Amino acid sequence: MSAQAGGAPRKWDVSRVDQQSYKVLPLGGINPDGGNSVDYITGGWRSERPVWSEEACKHCLLCWVMCPDSSILVQDGKMTGIDYDHCKGCGICVHECKFGTLEMVSEAEALAAEGSVR
Amino acid sequence: MSQLTEIRWHARAGQGAVTAAKLVAETALSQGRYMQAMPEYGPERAGAPLKAFTRVCDEPIEVHNNVTNPAIVVVLDDTLLPIVDVTEGILPGGHIILNTKLSPAQVREQLKVADDITVATVDASGIALDTIKRDIPNAAIVAAVVKVTGVVPLEEFKAHFESSFAKKELVPANMEAIDRAYEEVQQ
Amino acid sequence: MPEKKILSANGNQMVAEAYRQAAPDVVCAYPITPQTTIVENFAKYVAQGRVHTEFVTVESEHSSMSACVGSCAAGARTFTATSSQGLAYMVEELPIASGLRLPIIMANANRAIAAPININCDHSDVMLAANCGWLMFFAENAQEAYDNTLVAIRSAEDHRVLLPAITALDGFITSHAMERCELMDDETVAAFVGEREALYPLLDTANPVAVGSYTNAEPHYEVKKSQRAAMEAARGVIKEYGDKWAQVCGRPFDMVDCYGCEDAELIAVVMGSCAGNLRHVARELRAQGKKVGVARIRVYRPFPAEELAAALGSAKAVAVLDRSETYGGQMGPLALETASALFQAGVSLPLKGYLYGLGGPDVTLDDMRRVFRELELLAAGDASVDTKVAHLGSEKEGE
Repeated sequence: MSAQAGGAPRKWDVSRVDQQSYKVLPLGGINPDGGNSVDYITGGWRSERPVWSEEACKHCLLCWVMCPDSSILVQDGKMTGIDYDHCKGCGICVHECKFGTLEMVSEAEALAAEGSVR
Repeated sequence: MSQLTEIRWHARAGQGAVTAAKLVAETALSQGRYMQAMPEYGPERAGAPLKAFTRVCDEPIEVHNNVTNPAIVVVLDDTLLPIVDVTEGILPGGHIILNTKLSPAQVREQLKVADDITVATVDASGIALDTIKRDIPNAAIVAAVVKVTGVVPLEEFKAHFESSFAKKELVPANMEAIDRAYEEVQQ
Repeated sequence: MPEKKILSANGNQMVAEAYRQAAPDVVCAYPITPQTTIVENFAKYVAQGRVHTEFVTVESEHSSMSACVGSCAAGARTFTATSSQGLAYMVEELPIASGLRLPIIMANANRAIAAPININCDHSDVMLAANCGWLMFFAENAQEAYDNTLVAIRSAEDHRVLLPAITALDGFITSHAMERCELMDDETVAAFVGEREALYPLLDTANPVAVGSYTNAEPHYEVKKSQRAAMEAARGVIKEYGDKWAQVCGRPFDMVDCYGCEDAELIAVVMGSCAGNLRHVARELRAQGKKVGVARIRVYRPFPAEELAAALGSAKAVAVLDRSETYGGQMGPLALETASALFQAGVSLPLKGYLYGLGGPDVTLDDMRRVFRELELLAAGDASVDTKVAHLGSEKEGE
């Protein structure tokens, strides 16, 4: 998943930051391409994941407000899903939801259910 | 450095000694010469004894320290005489100019000044009270210094004073003080 | 045609004039003796409309440097000034400014650091900043406080450098003593310093950047390498703009200012307002046929090691005068730099470090005479003088 899909190519590829010399890195540790944290996949840090059931959702977006990783996907004021590339499985969304539409499940079980193994 | 003249000023904080030190220096600058003027630094307390220094030279001045061997010593307050050794380090053939009602002979005796030192006195405070109506003796004492030492010419000093003095309405009274001190200084 | 105006001014007034002429977008400052009259004069120019600067009054030096970092990152030409405890309070943020490569300009009126509390000149404050990644210039007099400021602005903002700069002037001795100075006309200075072209200005909303992000070990190390590289680049850049300014104003600009060094066997190394005292005595001694010299460091960061080693080429013994301590280090900081410069040049010489004027004692010509007298003995191998660090100044009761 990448924010620039269909948009302008990124000015700076953060993925090589540990390999690059200061001669090619942006000066002063500056990130010259604001918003590129979407390029850094943190979904692999999870041991649990939130799972959303759309039926009971009132789209109050409290989960979206509270999510520290901007991983609640929203379109036209309505929740559309969870960004598993960046969700770290903290569970805040589950804690905040007043309607029981989110629950935490084991990441291993979720992956097994998807047919992929870690 | 040829023709370096060093002046040490003794006064109490608030009497205008630093201004006097600068007046001489800036007059020298207006003649195209080099100069320095500074007080001896420290916390300021009105009435506390202080020293200030002026250096005047035809060439650039590179030393940056206190004047310890002045050719000219100026004392703006004769109550300092018992508590400060105003003659300390004065060069042979030097000048001491005091704001006092005492005569040069009386000062010479009190300070035990060497014979080759010129002592000159003027009642600069009395002149200031008569003319500018305040005991700010610096313009008058500088006039006496100018007369006795010739460190800068009188006309240059007056011209500089006139052009630089902020309170223009007080310039005539100060000019009177300068002229009187220039005439009344005794040596 | 450049026009010069001769005027009587102290160092702080000259810095304020340089600031006015360089027309910063932002000045953030907090008052502290003996710096206060720099920003006081500058604030007056802002109030008079003579310079169009956002003058930010803050509640502390920590806030002052914070505001400077933000303002400089936004793309503004940003200046400040401080002294003593104020600089100490900024030390947390000085490496942030240099690490972010923000060319902030800061005058420092060199003053002692408490305790005991003291307002007079020494270099204990500014040496706190010596390893914070800032360019450092030391003025000998009020005129140089002006010249150094302009060269510092131009050098710091150059894209080959992009480092903040401290322009140090000795508290009271230089900051407050009135001297004959030359002021260049506004247009000439404006043309010399040009306009700042910020590399990643935060206010460029079309190109958003993130400033001050966390970095992991590898990129952090790279940033540190880049700062050393920038300091190395600054050597040539400072020389370039120093020479350019020298052509404009007619006063030479040397990283190491030398007197008599071409044939001197006894050389004293010094920084700041004391240099003239040494040269005064050196002239006396040369008139007596003694081969003595004075090497004054005008740019301390980057340290001009090669230039200094070259200047000391004919020396048989070297004295270094420090106005700050390393307490338990072998010598003062300038002496340590000088020893390193000689060692790296493959030169082994008797070198004696002196401490002087800590907290402001007057630096007398007799102190300077003692330095050369002892150097002569040191060069002759006389056992009465060793190379241990020694204190200049008057002898005290009970010593």
